[in-house]
Amino acid sequence: MSETFSFTLNGAKIETDGQKSIWQIAKDEGETIPHLCYADRPGFRADGNCRACMVEIEGERVLAPSCMRKPSEGMVVHTKSERATKAQTMVLEMLVSDQPPRDDSPDPESHFWTIADQLNIKDSRLPPEERHHAKDASHPAMTVNLEACINCDLCVRACREVQSNDVIGMASRGANAKIVFDFDDLMGDSTCVACGECVQACPTGALLEKSWVAPSKIDRQVNSVCPFCGVGCQLTYNISNEKIVSVDGRNGPANEERLCVKGRFGFDYVHNPERLTKPLIRKEGISKSDIETLDPANPYTHFREASWEEALDTAAKGLLKVKEEKGPRGLAGFGSAKGSNEEAYLFQKLVRTGFGSNNVDHCTRLCHASSVAALLETVGSGAVSAPFNEAENSDVMIIIGANPAINHPVAATFFKNAAKNGAKLIIIDPRKQALSRYAAYHLQEKPGSDVALLNAIMNVIVEEGLADQDYISNHTEDFETLKAHLADYTPEKMETHTGVAPKDIRAVAQLFAKQKPE
Amino acid sequence: MFEKTTVAPGKAKHKRKSRYKPRGRQASTRATAEINQLFEGKSLQRDLLIENLHILQDEFGYLDTDHLAALAELMRLPLSEIYEVATFYHNFTVHESTQEAPRLTVKVCDSLSCALRGSAQLQHELSNAFDGQVKVTHGACMGRCNLAPIVRIENQYISQATIDASANAIKKRLSGHEHTGPEHDSLSLTDYLEKGGYRILKDLYARRTTPAKIIEELKESGHRGLGGAGFPHAMKINSVLSIDGPRLMAVNADESEPGTFKDRYYMNTNPHQFLEGMFIGAELVEAEEIYIFLRDEYPDTAQILKSALSDAEIAGLNNGRRVHLRRGAGAYICGEESAMLESIEGKRAYPRQKPPFPAHVGLFNRPTLINNVETLYWLPQILEKGADWYREGGRSDSQGMRTFSLSGQVKKPGVYRVPAGITAQELIDKYGGGMLEGHQFKAYLPGGASGGMLPAHMADIPLDFGTLEKYGCFIGSAAVIVLSDQDNLKDVCRNIMHFFEDESCGQCTPCRMGTTKALKLMQAEHWDQDLLTDLSDVMRDASICGLGQAAPNVLVSLMKFFPEELS
Repeated sequence: MSETFSFTLNGAKIETDGQKSIWQIAKDEGETIPHLCYADRPGFRADGNCRACMVEIEGERVLAPSCMRKPSEGMVVHTKSERATKAQTMVLEMLVSDQPPRDDSPDPESHFWTIADQLNIKDSRLPPEERHHAKDASHPAMTVNLEACINCDLCVRACREVQSNDVIGMASRGANAKIVFDFDDLMGDSTCVACGECVQACPTGALLEKSWVAPSKIDRQVNSVCPFCGVGCQLTYNISNEKIVSVDGRNGPANEERLCVKGRFGFDYVHNPERLTKPLIRKEGISKSDIETLDPANPYTHFREASWEEALDTAAKGLLKVKEEKGPRGLAGFGSAKGSNEEAYLFQKLVRTGFGSNNVDHCTRLCHASSVAALLETVGSGAVSAPFNEAENSDVMIIIGANPAINHPVAATFFKNAAKNGAKLIIIDPRKQALSRYAAYHLQEKPGSDVALLNAIMNVIVEEGLADQDYISNHTEDFETLKAHLADYTPEKMETHTGVAPKDIRAVAQLFAKQKPE
Repeated sequence: MFEKTTVAPGKAKHKRKSRYKPRGRQASTRATAEINQLFEGKSLQRDLLIENLHILQDEFGYLDTDHLAALAELMRLPLSEIYEVATFYHNFTVHESTQEAPRLTVKVCDSLSCALRGSAQLQHELSNAFDGQVKVTHGACMGRCNLAPIVRIENQYISQATIDASANAIKKRLSGHEHTGPEHDSLSLTDYLEKGGYRILKDLYARRTTPAKIIEELKESGHRGLGGAGFPHAMKINSVLSIDGPRLMAVNADESEPGTFKDRYYMNTNPHQFLEGMFIGAELVEAEEIYIFLRDEYPDTAQILKSALSDAEIAGLNNGRRVHLRRGAGAYICGEESAMLESIEGKRAYPRQKPPFPAHVGLFNRPTLINNVETLYWLPQILEKGADWYREGGRSDSQGMRTFSLSGQVKKPGVYRVPAGITAQELIDKYGGGMLEGHQFKAYLPGGASGGMLPAHMADIPLDFGTLEKYGCFIGSAAVIVLSDQDNLKDVCRNIMHFFEDESCGQCTPCRMGTTKALKLMQAEHWDQDLLTDLSDVMRDASICGLGQAAPNVLVSLMKFFPEELS
């Protein structure tokens, strides 16, 4: 426990350990200090640029931003003094003067207007500035309307610091300062990967989902888990008129409110008219090859509706017929990664006991099986040994045989965060990938030479005496055989095979081997 | 065995659009080759981004977006990051590669001292004379206010510029004539050594004197930081020393307060005295490396410093410390110390939030001693002649000496080394040679654009740190700009507010929008003084840094001391 001290907030004495900002402490006390550029969300750094949360600290020449400032012992803070209120109000008044009228604004219910209401600001005494920002609807999923932008920088932090996608920037300066994508390109033409973090962060509606509807029109919210990859991002579906209209990232352990394009925008399939929602049975006299003429939106030319009982019966009969004619080995089962563990178990049970066949497999044979087998053989367990967000606590990370920025984008954000915070990232992949920019080393070996490359890395570790001898003698078997095997795999000998320069192999081996877990 | 299906359901109708090329803008092969060639063997460290943008612009005359994309790739930077830095600084010209580029960029200084000498008319005439082929635009104070008005043609500066002289120089440049900088008569290392220079530094290196003794001497002398804030020098050194190393030193040679040109004078005339002070400072805080941040507008000074530094290094006077000479890119905000640190790190010059203070968490997050050029220039002399000599150099209650940059409607504008606590009246009469013929002294700005404005009848106030604050003014960098009965004070205020609007970094709302809104209100015939007062209060109270906090000073001064101008 760190030591605590007391300070005064609006006349009340408060004990604190000095870790929380004045804004957070006020929130704990039940007060929401006006704020625009501050997002009370995981991963978002307070930036203190909007100056809507200014408070008065006795004895200080100027006001202080409560989102950033932490109290010190004996400090006397006023959040609603005349000076503080005047600053908070004037900041909103300045911003309101350049906003489109509330009714024409992209989101009249935005956080910005909520704060304006809180300070009782309807319009501004200040002269408006003509702003010339054309609406940018070039992106398929999002609209940019900078007329409503207040330069709070939250989208920049969302894009650059939270997701590390590095697309959004604040270009130019002063009154000309402006949110840009890459080189002030249209959002749809930019390097944007559509994670939608900026939309979730924007307090004004300057950035909005195209499918967006006003919060007051949301009938209900359903918490769920993203149905796409295995990262396990938690999310909330916003439902209006029994339709999913938008998705928010929820604070789950795997995603900390982050989402990628799939979880954020990949929900239209739910309402796709082509989707199979009832059991269908192919009509008498229709051949399987006639499927070419099928319109999935209207399958009734080829199929008829059926009850679950009838459909299952028909399927069971078909399977039984094959079994009778060809025996149990005439049938096989291939499971899907979309199924849960429980479903996978039931599926193999069906195949083994129902079909009577051991011909059952799963799509993970293609990607996971090799690593599971290797892990079982060498470590004794085929499971991963740490969650990916442990990257935060790593000094060195190696990514091999994976392209997480594409396949598991939310996991990749944690790798990028760690690399930006100083961890060394090593990528081993013949292809250049989105993470390469953050890598200390990217070994681009010739396709198929990864084993040779790994042996060369191990060769350096062993030959240069970087291996952990204690660990080897206490926990491993047959090290000498491995050592003898590795002797031939010098980086120099492997260069023609792998195409990787020996100095890079040595550097990677040294970087990797010299980091000791604490 | 199975009936064959040729097309999967639903796929026949709409063919999926495939994406074989990477997302977003990609550099062309030509640009990539040019960039790779230009930067071969050069450092690609992140903090050198601004230096590298200079290399690019010096080579091609502007920053082509295609080149920028290639440089981003080479430096492994996101496009947005390179673009925001390139567009932040006024002296970079970013140009979309699909459009035709200007052959030359010409800037006419429109800061107050130049504006008083007709720079607006000059810019207008030059624009008309070179329609299209030359980009004629305005520039902020170029630090040559005694020679106003100033025209900048890339690395060439025309003093007391006329339309004819400027037009001739532009034509010469267009015909391929290269400009070589002016010759300065700077004191060489040999001459400086002969005069006893570097004695204190050598004593310190040899520990014939101790850091503690020097710091004590500085404390005794009452020496303060002369960049504008006037923070006691010894206290700053001790503050840096209170945090464990490794430490760094950064020198602010970015004097850009309109009307200020004293640091330029010292660096050009006697660079080694400044360098000696700098090396003493570095030794006191055991700084590992030194960064000098010199404004882009002083290319001649850059040459002088480069050669002086090389001489000093050959003579071993740097004691093994690496000195990095960094080139600004046109941003007044870099005069704010934490904004300067950001700029040295190769980023946009956004002032940092304090605390923590740069003395504790500074350049590259290390404890950093930051000093202005003049502050360091005085060091060897104070230590040579003693604390008493310096302290007693001041007038009335003031201690020490100050260097004033005097400009405006006086006969002899220039740099004057005078006792602290001198009055504006004495400065004008005794040093400035009096008012220009036909001009009557009406008002003066004691501290450039940011220090407010006082009427002639208040020209008997001692000018020093702490003496002007009660009038809502301050001395700042001691840039005194003198105004006469022929100047429209409302226009003066508009000029200054326009300057701040143009130079605001845009980070915080009160400064970004406050300067714009104030200027708009000030453009009206009748000023809404209540609203302007409210706006000024909030700019002063809620802006992140001194720029926004001081921006309304001159406006408030006008309302307070010159009500007749507004009636």
